[in-house]
This record gives sequence, structure tokens and C-alpha cells, in this order.
Amino acid sequence: MSMNLLRLLRRRTGSAPVARERLQILLAHERGLRSQPDLLGILREEILAVVSRHVVLDPEKVVVRMDRGESVSTLEVDIEVPNGFDKKMAIAS
Amino acid sequence: MAKVLVVTSGKGGVGKTTSTAALGAALAQQGEKVVVVDFDVGLRNLDLIMGAERRVVFDLINVAQGVAKLSQALIRDKRLENLWLLPASQTRDKDALTDEGIRDIIAELRTRFDWVICDSPAGIERGATLAMRYADEAVIVTNPEVSSVRDADRIIGMLDSKTVKAEQGEQMKKHVLITRYDTSRASRGEMLNIDDILEILAVPLLGIIPESQDVLKASNVGSPVTLNDATSMPARAYMDAARRLSGETVTMVVPTEQRKGFMDRLFGRRAA
Repeated sequence: MSMNLLRLLRRRTGSAPVARERLQILLAHERGLRSQPDLLGILREEILAVVSRHVVLDPEKVVVRMDRGESVSTLEVDIEVPNGFDKKMAIAS
Repeated sequence: MAKVLVVTSGKGGVGKTTSTAALGAALAQQGEKVVVVDFDVGLRNLDLIMGAERRVVFDLINVAQGVAKLSQALIRDKRLENLWLLPASQTRDKDALTDEGIRDIIAELRTRFDWVICDSPAGIERGATLAMRYADEAVIVTNPEVSSVRDADRIIGMLDSKTVKAEQGEQMKKHVLITRYDTSRASRGEMLNIDDILEILAVPLLGIIPESQDVLKASNVGSPVTLNDATSMPARAYMDAARRLSGETVTMVVPTEQRKGFMDRLFGRRAA
């Protein structure tokens, strides 16, 4: 009975408003990506350049990852530093 | 001054070829000298929709590669003397089309016609980017449906970045053509309505083509919708759209289905 009522109500409003809302959210996101071509690639290159000034790094071991959440997005930077790191710092100073 | 128009969409099956043929014929019916160019290499269909499939001898790639002259590949419409077709090739080698080849062909077509209408293939690959590359204006065909609108948005982004016009820092003039529109379903909230689509895409409206059996009827017999039955609803909508392309101000009519009466419903199937 309640299911039938729900269905009736839903039919009256239609699914177009849902389509419209989904599109607006999706396109806002996709347009953002388009205007910043390969943001992650740029970030990765620049982070690599800054860190390599002080530490010898394997470029392959620098990983930049972005995770988009509904309200907050996280940027994860994972840099693997070789074990000789401390020694090199000591020589440098 | 010749105008080069690309009819594009991103998504397939939304009505690019139908719209290219209908707009091309409508402009020709209004006295303009028009050529419609099929860019869908490998899957040509504009020839079929135009009813010229048995008259194709040379194609776009033959001309681009210098095998045939442009005048040998152009097919004149049998109904309208100022309407021409440049068919696509059916070769599977998509690399046969080069940027320079297309540039030269478009430049030559500009000298011979008032309108050069390029029917883009679906997708965002080479064929689609070449079809829009040298255009002055674009018609973005979309259905009132989410995937089609999303792809239209993607194509709009490409029109604003990958065309010669965009690279020269000029604005590509863009128009949205909404096809397969069902007014009653939209008014019941079952289908995206015109305002929704225009607000999302932020591109001015060229026309609203109603969902209609007349479109299939016309393609069955190989005739552009505007030529097959000029009084039909989609034909009138395309005619108005063509006038708007020419710069005329034509009041936008939202096509409404003629309500079928009881007797029509009863006998409609037999009569049609």
C-alpha cells in the first residue's frame, strides 16, 4: 500500500529533476578537470624537483594521488626515500 | 562569404546525419548553394540519408590524396540543383585523412559554396576533431537525455580548444539543436526540458526537433526530412533552424503533438 503511494508520488514529480541535478554535479567536476590539464602530473613534477634539490630520489618512487570526496578531497603524496638519506644530509651540512 | 558549419555531438545516434541532411536541404531550399560533407570515414551514411548511395564514385579521401578532383567527387542532388554531397570513404584506414588534406579541401569548397556543412562522426577521436578543425560555426546535436548532454558538453570544450578558430583566439559560434524532443513527456517531468539543457550547456538554442515518425519515413526513402514532407513537424523545425543559421530572427516554437482523437487512435494504425 505505502509502496504504491510512493510510486504514485514519484510518478507525479518525474525523473527529469534527478537527471538535471546529476548532470550539473558531474559537469561541474568534468569542466574543472578540463581547465587544469593533468594537474596531478604538474604537481608530481614540481614536488619531485623541490625534493630532489635536497635528496637523491628515484623519480619512479614519487606517487601523487587525488581522491575526490563529496565535501573534502585529499591529496596524497608518497615519496620513497632511499636509505642513504641521513648520510647525505650530514655531508651536505 | 562562405560559412563552414560542423554538425557534431560526441554521442552517436542522436541525429547528426539526419540534421546535416535536413539543414543542408533547408538552406538549399532557401536559395543558398550548399555542400554537405561526410566525415564519417569507414561508416559513411550521409549518402544513404540523401538518397545518393548508388551515385558515389569518388570520395573525400580520394580527393585528399589527389586521386580524384573535387569536381569528380561532388554529387549533385537530383531534387535541388544547388545542393551537393561530398561522400566519405568506406576504407577502414582512418589515417588516410590528414589535417593538410582537409584544410585544402575545405579551402576549395569555400570558394564554390555558400555553406559547407560537415557531418562529424561520433566520438572524440581523429575523425571528429578533423570535422570541426576548420569550422566557423558549430551545431551541437543533443537529445534530452543525460549521456547525450554530457557528451555535448565535452564536445563544446573541444570546439573551444582544438579548432583553428579557438587556436587563433577567436570565439567559435555555437548552437544547440535539441532532437527527439517530446513536449508532453518533458512537461510531465519525465524528460529534461529545454531550459534544463540550455542552462547546463550554456549555448544558445538553434531549434527543437520533435520526436517524430516522419524522420524515419524520410530516411527510409533517402530524402532529407525537409524535402520529403515540408509540412511535417520536424521539417518545419529544421526550416526554422536553417533560417536562424542564416541570421534571421524566427520565433522559437516548442513543437506540440497534435492530440489524437479517439477515431484517430482507432484507425491511426491502419491509415499510417
